[in-house]
Amino acid sequence: MREEAVILVAEDDAGHFELVKRNLWLSCVENDILHFKDGQEVLDFLFRKNDGVKLDENGRCVLLLDIRMPKVDGREVLRRIKADKQLRKIPVIMLTTTDRVEEIDRCYELGCSFYMVKPVNYNKFMEAVENLGAFLSLKWLQVPQIDGAD
Amino acid sequence: MKKEGVILIAEDDEGHFSLIKKSLQRAGVCNEILRLADGQETLDFLFIKGDGPKRQPDKEYLLLLDVRMPKIDGVHVLEKIKQNEELKKIPVIMLTVADDPHTIERCHNLGCSVYIVKPAEYEDFQNAVKKIGLFLSFVEVPRIKRTEREKVK
Repeated sequence: MREEAVILVAEDDAGHFELVKRNLWLSCVENDILHFKDGQEVLDFLFRKNDGVKLDENGRCVLLLDIRMPKVDGREVLRRIKADKQLRKIPVIMLTTTDRVEEIDRCYELGCSFYMVKPVNYNKFMEAVENLGAFLSLKWLQVPQIDGAD
Repeated sequence: MKKEGVILIAEDDEGHFSLIKKSLQRAGVCNEILRLADGQETLDFLFIKGDGPKRQPDKEYLLLLDVRMPKIDGVHVLEKIKQNEELKKIPVIMLTVADDPHTIERCHNLGCSVYIVKPAEYEDFQNAVKKIGLFLSFVEVPRIKRTEREKVK
């Protein structure tokens, strides 16, 4: 994907976030990586609420989204994104420890692009993120432009 | 993807199909790979119509979808899939030479999972598909149940 696209990571576990960031870098991802500690933070960013960082006008991004998070959980974040005419174009990749079939089903129903289960084994987790990074850094992958939430 | 999951490749170009299949397998993908030669065959398979191969209920599917195909093009196929309550859960990866912004925007609006333009160079194409395959080995895919219409039958 193009260089100016930003990778958003919504993840309440600081250790998991560090691991994700490091292994994305290891697989040559050159995009900016932004961290959100809960569902509310990522919604505020995307819907341009609060005074903090906001999604650029005509910005491009992909979102890696955990499910179990404080305040607003990932499933609700996904639902709100996919209910918005502009934001729904954002590719959302669920990255979570939950491997329940119902949860996988529900997230695809809501419109996630892909659902990845965090492997419990540390090396496997690293491998998963590296492969995700290699996939995202394909320059032929097109990330949509987002004109701003309604 | 679990071993039982099926990767559908809607691709009219036989050369491209075998390149995609080989590159996926080289990446360690051991899922069944099924070719659908045009848009009509793809819709018939998914909506369980016609004489060709058909979708099995309660199975996992993922679709790699070309845009320019005879009979029905990929954008229309994507539209039909995403309009169906059950089939819309299928992750659809657009993999096509079509690189005009209008088509790309349209597919993102319709709800494709990602849009990837086929690299022009043979080696780049192989490598790109290999990376798709390595990534897919860590992706969970939903089971597609019977649709309401099938239940009535």
